[in-house]
Amino acid sequence: MGYILKLYITGQTVNSVRAMENLKEICSGLAKDYELRIIDILKDPQLAEDDKIIATPTLVKELPPPLRKIIGDLSNTEKVLLGLDLVHKKEK
Amino acid sequence: MSELYDVNVGEQLPKLATGILGFDDIAAGGLPQGRATLLTGSSGSCKTLFSVQFLYESITLFDEGAVFITLEETPAEIMKNVKSFGWDLRKLVDSNKLAFVDASPEPGESTSVVGEYDFSALLARIEHAAKRVNATRVAIDSLSAIFSQFSDSRHVRSELFRVTAGLKKMGLTSIITAERSDEYGDISRYGVEEFVSDNVIVLRNVAEAERRRRTVEVLKFRGAGHQKGEYPFTLTGNGIEVLPLSALELTMPSSEVRLSAGNPDLDRMCGGGFFRDSIIMASGATGTGKTLLVTTYLNDGCMKGERTLVYAFEESRDQLLRNARGWGMDFSRWEKEGLLKIVCAYPEIRSLPDHLLSMKAEIEEFKPNRIAIDSLSAMERVSVGKSFSEFVIGITSFIKHKETAGLFTVVPSSMHSVTSVSESHISSLTDSIILLRYVELMGQMRRGLTVLKMRGSAHEKEIREFTINDKGMHIGDQFHNVGGILTGAPMHIISGESDKLSGMFQK
Repeated sequence: MGYILKLYITGQTVNSVRAMENLKEICSGLAKDYELRIIDILKDPQLAEDDKIIATPTLVKELPPPLRKIIGDLSNTEKVLLGLDLVHKKEK
Repeated sequence: MSELYDVNVGEQLPKLATGILGFDDIAAGGLPQGRATLLTGSSGSCKTLFSVQFLYESITLFDEGAVFITLEETPAEIMKNVKSFGWDLRKLVDSNKLAFVDASPEPGESTSVVGEYDFSALLARIEHAAKRVNATRVAIDSLSAIFSQFSDSRHVRSELFRVTAGLKKMGLTSIITAERSDEYGDISRYGVEEFVSDNVIVLRNVAEAERRRRTVEVLKFRGAGHQKGEYPFTLTGNGIEVLPLSALELTMPSSEVRLSAGNPDLDRMCGGGFFRDSIIMASGATGTGKTLLVTTYLNDGCMKGERTLVYAFEESRDQLLRNARGWGMDFSRWEKEGLLKIVCAYPEIRSLPDHLLSMKAEIEEFKPNRIAIDSLSAMERVSVGKSFSEFVIGITSFIKHKETAGLFTVVPSSMHSVTSVSESHISSLTDSIILLRYVELMGQMRRGLTVLKMRGSAHEKEIREFTINDKGMHIGDQFHNVGGILTGAPMHIISGESDKLSGMFQK
């Protein structure tokens, strides 16, 4: 089973852009398939309700369980992998 | 009344009424409109309830939408908790009047922080919700919860500052709650007041002598007036009710109409009777005839078709009826005719602020012309700290406002002493004071009565002897050849000496 990831951002702020770039980099090295949705809260505020998002950027790993959240611009790849329980190719 | 406040009325920022009973009085109108107000208090001080009530009244009283941002409890918990006040928040949510922004932590969920972030998401959600329900008021409860989620409190502070600035920009009037650790210490944990420092309200829940006392204090409203100091509040079936005691104005109407005490001699001593809107204090040791005085006063009212209400805190209803019967007064009849209402209760059954509220409600409902409290000293027994004087101020101002005469009895702390704690509390609040005293003379206990004070009227200054029999109280002559009755140590003055004394002042 692959990963389902959601990245919440608020418009094109510095943090948002940086988080998107960092996440792209991280995802490219993932060992499994993944599905990434980027949600702009300014455009779709209602979508932030279910995940109770208060800070942006927030990355949510929806599947596989358990649900994990990482807040911030994801500037430290290793911490992101560890925090979301993700596996990279080279670690395999 | 502008001198009561910080600034002149003309310069004041507009206020927004909260609808919380009594609070708008001490806040001189309500919360500063379009601003954020910090509401701090220790755990269990009713911060959440205050916030919810603020929003609930906004919708039900003023028909203005509201948003509740919860950072601690889930919306479901909050809805359940306030159900007991009859507030159906679910209905308000369904009818698009109330919106929740749920930012409560998910149990067991782990969140880590990697890199830079901001709270734009929270602000965007608030803005979205506020637009959806057309909100004018919001509450954020509680900020302390957000600090426990993030380690860098400095960054969190500056981000929260942006959020409150955002609320202001949207023109929302907001309450932001924060926890504090001590009742009388720092305003809040995490230095929250640094960014919502314009307006601060403190809720307290202090234990005094094994009782809880809740108070609310407006610490500051920048550029707007408010009452100073702590005001007690209590929880009723309708939520929080603040008792704005000293915020009451001394503008009660003053009446020239007199009432009879039911005893012609006493009426004469008072210069024609009690004023209709006055508070009379009868002070005397146990057995000096206070209850008789009360009974006669109530009976006189009933005979004239007036409605009378008596609070008996020391005797049961049956005792009261029996005593009255003993003096030839038929209280059961007055009760049946609906002229007399007897409320018997142990003072211990509730706290003083709660007593005050229920008494107000009873007075409001029964609309009596005469009220008696027998005795006020019983209430003092259960009071803590300032709560007794607050109670007395509260009830006297309320009674006077209703143009009702109130006769309160008090028991001095010792058999002979002139003052008791209660007397010193209330003597300045009462319009008339009647002293009933035992006088020990030549191996006999006799009783003396004097009118010490009669505001706005002449009165007799003599100390008269009185007796009690099955017909009631009989006031006789002035004590002759006795001095020092009121000091508690009567002294018999031998005739020769008294002649000499009176001779001293003759020209």
